Amino acid sequence: MTHTTSTAPPASHEPPPAAAARRRTKRRTGPARSWRDHPLRRITPWLFLLAPLALLVTFTYVPVANMIYYSFTDWDGVSPDRNFTGVENYTQLFTRPELFRVFFVSFYYLAASAVQIVIALYFATVLSFDLRFRNLFKGILFFPYLINGVAIGFVFLYFFQDGGTLDSILSWFGVGGDHAWLGDPESANTSLAGVSVWRFTGLNFVLFLGAIQSIPGELYEAAQLDGAGRWQQFRHIIAPSIKPVLSLSVILAISGSLAVFEIPYIMTGGATDTSTFVIQTVKLAFQFNKTGLASASAVVLLLIILLVTWIQRRIVPDDKVDLV
Amino acid sequence: MRRKPLSAALLATALLTVAGCSGGGAPSTETATAPSDADKVSGSIKVLTNRTDLVQDGTMKKYAAAFNKIYPKVKVSFEGITDYEGEVKIRMNTENYGDVLLIPGVIAKGDYPKFFAPLGSTGSMKKKYRFTGKTDVGGKTYGIANFGTANGFVYNKALWKKAGITDWPTTPAQFLDDLKTVKDKTGATPYYTNFKDGWTLAGPWTNSVGSPSCDARAWDALAAADKPWAEGGDLDVVDTLLHDVVRGKLSEKDPTTTNWESSKTQLAKGQIGSMLLGSWAINQMRDAAKKAGEKPDDIGFMPFPVQKNGQFCATMVSDYQLAVNAHSEHKSAARAWLDWFTEKSGFAAKEGGISALKADKLPEVLKPYEDNDVKLVERSEAKTEDVNAIDDAAEIGLSKQDYRQKLIDIARGAQDGDLQGYFDDLNKRWADAAAAAGS
Repeated sequence: MTHTTSTAPPASHEPPPAAAARRRTKRRTGPARSWRDHPLRRITPWLFLLAPLALLVTFTYVPVANMIYYSFTDWDGVSPDRNFTGVENYTQLFTRPELFRVFFVSFYYLAASAVQIVIALYFATVLSFDLRFRNLFKGILFFPYLINGVAIGFVFLYFFQDGGTLDSILSWFGVGGDHAWLGDPESANTSLAGVSVWRFTGLNFVLFLGAIQSIPGELYEAAQLDGAGRWQQFRHIIAPSIKPVLSLSVILAISGSLAVFEIPYIMTGGATDTSTFVIQTVKLAFQFNKTGLASASAVVLLLIILLVTWIQRRIVPDDKVDLV
Repeated sequence: MRRKPLSAALLATALLTVAGCSGGGAPSTETATAPSDADKVSGSIKVLTNRTDLVQDGTMKKYAAAFNKIYPKVKVSFEGITDYEGEVKIRMNTENYGDVLLIPGVIAKGDYPKFFAPLGSTGSMKKKYRFTGKTDVGGKTYGIANFGTANGFVYNKALWKKAGITDWPTTPAQFLDDLKTVKDKTGATPYYTNFKDGWTLAGPWTNSVGSPSCDARAWDALAAADKPWAEGGDLDVVDTLLHDVVRGKLSEKDPTTTNWESSKTQLAKGQIGSMLLGSWAINQMRDAAKKAGEKPDDIGFMPFPVQKNGQFCATMVSDYQLAVNAHSEHKSAARAWLDWFTEKSGFAAKEGGISALKADKLPEVLKPYEDNDVKLVERSEAKTEDVNAIDDAAEIGLSKQDYRQKLIDIARGAQDGDLQGYFDDLNKRWADAAAAAGS
């Protein structure tokens, strides 16, 4: 910039003669045919959109459309032949109540999500105030979310092992560690849900923290001047302003609980009544070669999640937050 | 105007879906014949294998080099796939699944002609090879076994001797007594289920169908069985034994966190008494013993504890079968490799497997069986397709771990129910599925 200005001729009010002449001729051609109307200009945004749209269609819509198509066939996943069977897969799905029994397991994860949101909210609030080692704690809380889910599964497998980490820690406190943590359905599901809390608290925490930090600082000052304590600040400033994020977290928690997969699949493979709907779907597709039925299950799960979300939005509408 | 992107996307989606559904062209049905002149056959072939370890440590390259001495113009490359079943299953939807591959378990037998080139008529193949029944479709054979494996319990001889047991148990009850003696006298875990890894509950136990009855057709019989778990049937004997072992607390304390790799060392060290596996496992156990500083000779192998007419029987089943891709452009080169690999490479012997060639001797690991006159029964696979179809429809999974994991859960009281109730349920599911499949 500086270079151009230094070499440029001294600024004058008159444009250079040639440019002025050009402008004049242009003006003379009558009503301007703007560049805006040029066909290329109209296409330009679409050209820019071409790459993302192509990716979106190829990797999202085509597979989903394929899945919906498979759900109406009896395809086994490999055979070149498949027969169109209409809604038979869906009929089968809804006439076999045992296929939906696995949703009971989701309650463990749903309860765990509630705990998770409370923990995340607590830490987000505490760490939004000025504390020593604040960033360190933030890092520690968020860290588990960065670890690959499969790795977490293996780590916690050792953790829950007979005589593993958990048992040795408990034995330091004199608690007899002779419990098979993944041994019976109740204990196994609770343990697995606990792992899920450990893993996802960080995500909720960061969402909450972001929302809390976007609250203007003056509000706290004003509240303090008015003599509001920490709890009152939380109750009347923080809570209302993070409501949209909170409701988002709840939606994520519910859909997450219905579609738990990684942790139980790696750790127990769905044994001992820890199977979830997604694990069951995967098994239908890849163990029993019922790709059609499995696709139908996946479609049904999608619809259930959409339904739950819709109901929730009706009950708790997303009204605009206006603090100031 | 606002509608446009959506409808465009939908249109594109629909077009792509249609395109995606119309698969490749029909495969040729040309037989993959062995070349008559080794010098003339040429081309480069790709071999898919599940043995990533052998690809990485260069063993496969050495095989290829030895192969090239006879067939100098064929270039062989390998692709080791860790999740073999899962990945190859998806690749089978295209034409690009190597030239020589192991037939994934998921492919229905009746579909073999759509994917693989026939290797010859079963009538003539049968004379030369074992296990041809597994890939026989319509009188043609589509695969040759990598190697075969005999079933039985791998056990720690030194440990059992320490407990005072030298003879093989001849009945399930005696087997349970022996396990109890091992537990009481040595404190070791007498049996290890490998519940968490699961496959140890699937293959070895299911492959034992045929051992108690000493019947090569026991597996085929399931296709027509009304109640596969009926009293005295092979599945009943096998699964009841597993149930009783667990119920008698003769297996590991916490089955849900077991670990296959470490179980090998534990068996070698005498912390574990026995595991039901195939003869292929003996060499692995011996390696583990060597690494742990124990004597490899302490690893023993015993047949399933049931005698028929005073004789032990052990089923012999095929491992993966090698086949030639029906879409391969170098079928005769592929066949040359397949023949060389099964006949001349010495792979089966090295792995402790039973060679696919009838003329070959039994591997050294099966010496205890030969010495004690254990009858090897080659499992007939004539009805495998029907059995698998019923099994899938019933969602039981005879060759999957889930139903035996539940059996163990019931045995150790982690889930409600009892053995008989569970068997009744399995029988009912099987019968319903068989009826539906038959109609």
